[in-house]
Amino acid sequence: CATGINMQAAHWLAPRMTRQCGNDFQEELVIRPLHSGDIYASFQFRTVWETDFMRGNKVSHYRLFPKSLGQVISKFSVRELHISFTQGYWRTMQWGQPFQPSPPGAELWVWFQDSVTDVDGTWKELTNVLSGIFCASLNFIDSTNTVQPSASFKPLGIGNETDHRFLRYATLPREIVCTENLTPWKKLLPCGSKAGLAVLLKSEKLFHSSFHSQAVHIRPVCQDWQCKTTSWELRQTLNVVFDLHNSAQGKREWSLFKMFSRTLTEACPLASSSKIYIDITDNPQGEQFEVSPATPLLSQAVVLGDRRTFSVYDLTQQITFGTVRSLNLLIRWKSSEGDMLRPLLHAERYVAGYGLQTGEIHTLMYNNHPYRSFPVLLLDSVPWYLRLYIHTLTVTSKGKDNKPSYIHYQPSKDRLRPHLLEMLVQLPPNSVTEVTVQFERALLKWTEYTPDPNHGFYVGSSVISSLVPSIVAMDTNSTRERPLFSSFFPCKEESSYFVRVYTEPLLVNLPTPDFSMPYNVICLTCTVVAVGYGSLYNLLTRSFQIEEPSPGLAKRIANIIRKMRGVPPL
Amino acid sequence: MLTASCCYTDRRRGQLAALSIAAVVIIVGVPLWWRTTETYRAWLPVNQINELANLQLQLSADVEVVFARGTVTPEQQKKVPTQVVISLCLFCSSPLEADLSLHTLSESPCGSLVVYVIPESSTLLPEDVDVYIGQRRTALLRIGAQMRVGRTLEQLLAHLEPRIKQVLQVMSFSHTDITAALSDRVRLSPGNKESIADSMRAFKSSPGYEITFSLLNPDPKSHRVHWDIEGAVQTYIQPLLTKLAPLANFSIDSQTLYYAMLGVNPRYDSSRSAYTLNSDSLAHVINPVEARLGSNAASSNPVLNFLLYVPDAHHSPLHIHDHKKQEVLSNAFHSPRWGGIMVYNVNGFYGPEAVFPVDININMAKVMGVFLAQLRLLLGVQSSAPPPGFLVAPCSSTGLADWELDRLMWSRTVENVATATTTITSLAQLLDQIGNIVINDNIAQQVSSAVTSLQLAVAELEAGNLGFALQYSKEAILASERAFFDPSLLHLLYFPDDQKFAIYIPLFLPMCVPILLSLLKIVSEARQKRRERQAKKD
Repeated sequence: CATGINMQAAHWLAPRMTRQCGNDFQEELVIRPLHSGDIYASFQFRTVWETDFMRGNKVSHYRLFPKSLGQVISKFSVRELHISFTQGYWRTMQWGQPFQPSPPGAELWVWFQDSVTDVDGTWKELTNVLSGIFCASLNFIDSTNTVQPSASFKPLGIGNETDHRFLRYATLPREIVCTENLTPWKKLLPCGSKAGLAVLLKSEKLFHSSFHSQAVHIRPVCQDWQCKTTSWELRQTLNVVFDLHNSAQGKREWSLFKMFSRTLTEACPLASSSKIYIDITDNPQGEQFEVSPATPLLSQAVVLGDRRTFSVYDLTQQITFGTVRSLNLLIRWKSSEGDMLRPLLHAERYVAGYGLQTGEIHTLMYNNHPYRSFPVLLLDSVPWYLRLYIHTLTVTSKGKDNKPSYIHYQPSKDRLRPHLLEMLVQLPPNSVTEVTVQFERALLKWTEYTPDPNHGFYVGSSVISSLVPSIVAMDTNSTRERPLFSSFFPCKEESSYFVRVYTEPLLVNLPTPDFSMPYNVICLTCTVVAVGYGSLYNLLTRSFQIEEPSPGLAKRIANIIRKMRGVPPL
Repeated sequence: MLTASCCYTDRRRGQLAALSIAAVVIIVGVPLWWRTTETYRAWLPVNQINELANLQLQLSADVEVVFARGTVTPEQQKKVPTQVVISLCLFCSSPLEADLSLHTLSESPCGSLVVYVIPESSTLLPEDVDVYIGQRRTALLRIGAQMRVGRTLEQLLAHLEPRIKQVLQVMSFSHTDITAALSDRVRLSPGNKESIADSMRAFKSSPGYEITFSLLNPDPKSHRVHWDIEGAVQTYIQPLLTKLAPLANFSIDSQTLYYAMLGVNPRYDSSRSAYTLNSDSLAHVINPVEARLGSNAASSNPVLNFLLYVPDAHHSPLHIHDHKKQEVLSNAFHSPRWGGIMVYNVNGFYGPEAVFPVDININMAKVMGVFLAQLRLLLGVQSSAPPPGFLVAPCSSTGLADWELDRLMWSRTVENVATATTTITSLAQLLDQIGNIVINDNIAQQVSSAVTSLQLAVAELEAGNLGFALQYSKEAILASERAFFDPSLLHLLYFPDDQKFAIYIPLFLPMCVPILLSLLKIVSEARQKRRERQAKKD
């Protein structure tokens, strides 16, 4: 650490030097007005910690990085951890691609270090600990919903170990996300919800929205361009889409106060950068909507294969807050015309078939690119109680059979592990590719049903990962910032970009018994046994004698009458 | 006549059939039902557990008494079985040197003591000091004037005995220590308030502890606080923990928390132009902070929290006041079985025209001095005042004398034995009372190993082998806790009896009623027959 005196001297040179001892914290908020009138807000908080977990030293001292996560990483030898909690489904066709995709419910995928010997045991313990940290039902992750994808989830940080023995992936599509998950997530931030952008994260507003997703990504990254020093990066992201009719009462007018019922007064003092970006790409001359207060700062960035223009508000500058010492961004739509660019890749999924015995899963993948075909990786993890008939797997595009170039299939084992199906499929330009597979519904044991079995059983989203060709061929901005020699040929990353698309989770009905049935069966069989046994017992133990038949009813009545009359009976 | 005999044989056959069905039901059906519905219960060493319940602990410590030259008369010396009389450090000028040189002379095992008896005329000890307690496991004892001449060795030893007992109480264990160690488990007659508070301050015995240092900075806009916690832990805390390693595993971490507020608003004292925290309000300080501290995700060991609170610019300087409204010099306090909090005022750094945020480096020596003292208290290293005439050597660089460690080990061993015994006996009691609980083999194994370790620990305590006793007592605790908290015990615990009856009745009622009725009938018929026969005889 730098000493106080040195820091004081440096203070004059760099007005905001918050990077202390290899710790750095940044925060940003991106707001994108959507053509539907909804608004998309994406928060991202990034904490970088220059340290070396791999060394295995016991003492750990945390400054900006949260202690609870640091302990988890070092105890379980985690190399990468990605966890997301999502409420609602991202509508790609209406809203475009999200910055950080996530499936409905909870998703967790972890790369362990290669020093871990018992990966399954560590995974089980890790999910239990995370379940405590995030107050979620991650403890329901067990071998029946955990898979080891061979190709779809590659490490996002440094390190070249890609043996998928050390990877575990699980989703809980049933998980409901609410305030109790947000509070521990906010606690991981250095400023908590006391200062900076996190002030806006009020749960009563965030959960009154069409889509809410919060995530934590931890990975090892390079500190500098040459990768001399490594550090841990913690990215906390929160994406939310506010509904036009629900949150804005149908008025096409948004403000920070309307969205979050708060305005901003300061940046987090620990952040080295704190910015708000507003996507004004579709609004170059201000004919679609107007943003106030206006900012002279503009920034261009290539996001998801598209060059976007953003208005930038730097919260570390006092001038941003103006004379009222408070920033309340206002976006007012002028016209509701205009059309969004159709996303190049999107996917849908549904269950077909009738009855409670068999069914068919249909996955549709759309390539909207007019002339380029590109390959996609499809990952499907289906619970064991849907028994896939893998011989019925068909992949068709444009009415023709489309043979996948790579198929990895791991059959399920009842009550032990799910099906895993991974395929590399080439999507022809401007086409729909349909993947169908038939399944049979298994009968569960009566204790295996959920408390509300008639609601149905969830099947997690399919994951489609792909490198999609960009619309822009080259980032012309880059010549300005990078050395000339490195920017002559367009870099590979710019000709295509990585996209992960999640389909809808499926809700499948399984044959559900009447749950008083076991008791009824017991009673019925016991009664039958008892009746049979009773007659047999009577036959064996009673002695039978011939008895005089008693006189009939008419005769008896006649006799009574005769007796009254004093006449001898019949 | 014919019909009567036919009727009789028929009835006879019916009775036989009923009897044989009843016999089949009793001989085959009942055992079958019993076997198929019984819960598996492995064998437990119940007798040994019951023996543990009324356990008599006997602690013994080896004490070696060495007489220096000039303390025994020649005739006494003759009777000493072995030649233990040595010349004692002729050139030593201070007791500290003597202590160190004596330590090199004989390495005493953990839990034992060596008492050196020195002549009355020795100038080694100051005038009014009779007993000097060293940093290791040695004590120097000045012999009294009256016991010198004309006595036998037995008399001399008998005379020395009360003094040696006192030394033992200071250096190994006293009655109060042991009762304090047992106080959680055994209900004792309530002593005075002070001693109860003392005994409740230290953490309970556990196989490991997590030590967390937290720097609370409620005002990052005004201060940028830096602390060199890595270096401070290495210099101040690690030596003590290395010394304590036989007792438990320790792990240390630290964190910095921003915007962490205390739970109470400090009061402004205009006479001192400072903010004050009164001792009555300290109880409310911890709770809001604790929510931010974060529980320890990676282990279930108890956590010792040490918080360094840097008050915000608008509330500084901040001073803690004791009951007598006096400033507490260290500006710190501790909470029993939780940790310690220290307030670190930084208003001196502001200067006349400081630019906020001000960079502040914390003086770790000052902070760690306070935390180390609190850590000693919380770990149960008692520094009770020695009896008059005793002089205790100053602390060594590790912060813990060997005999202090021994003291701690004695009380921890006793505490472990008591805890494990209570756990095992209550588990046995529970299993005995609730017949529904399944006892798997691994639980039975854990219980037996806990019982074996306990017996070994008690035996080692009696033999005076402190190190082994502590080891066995730790094993006993681990095994007993594992058995007690095993999730397999819960499987059938809440299977209620009425459900069982609801399932069995539809089968049992229709089957048993005819059998019972026919058995009753047979009995009543037999009785009637006998009566008839008696009537005939008459």
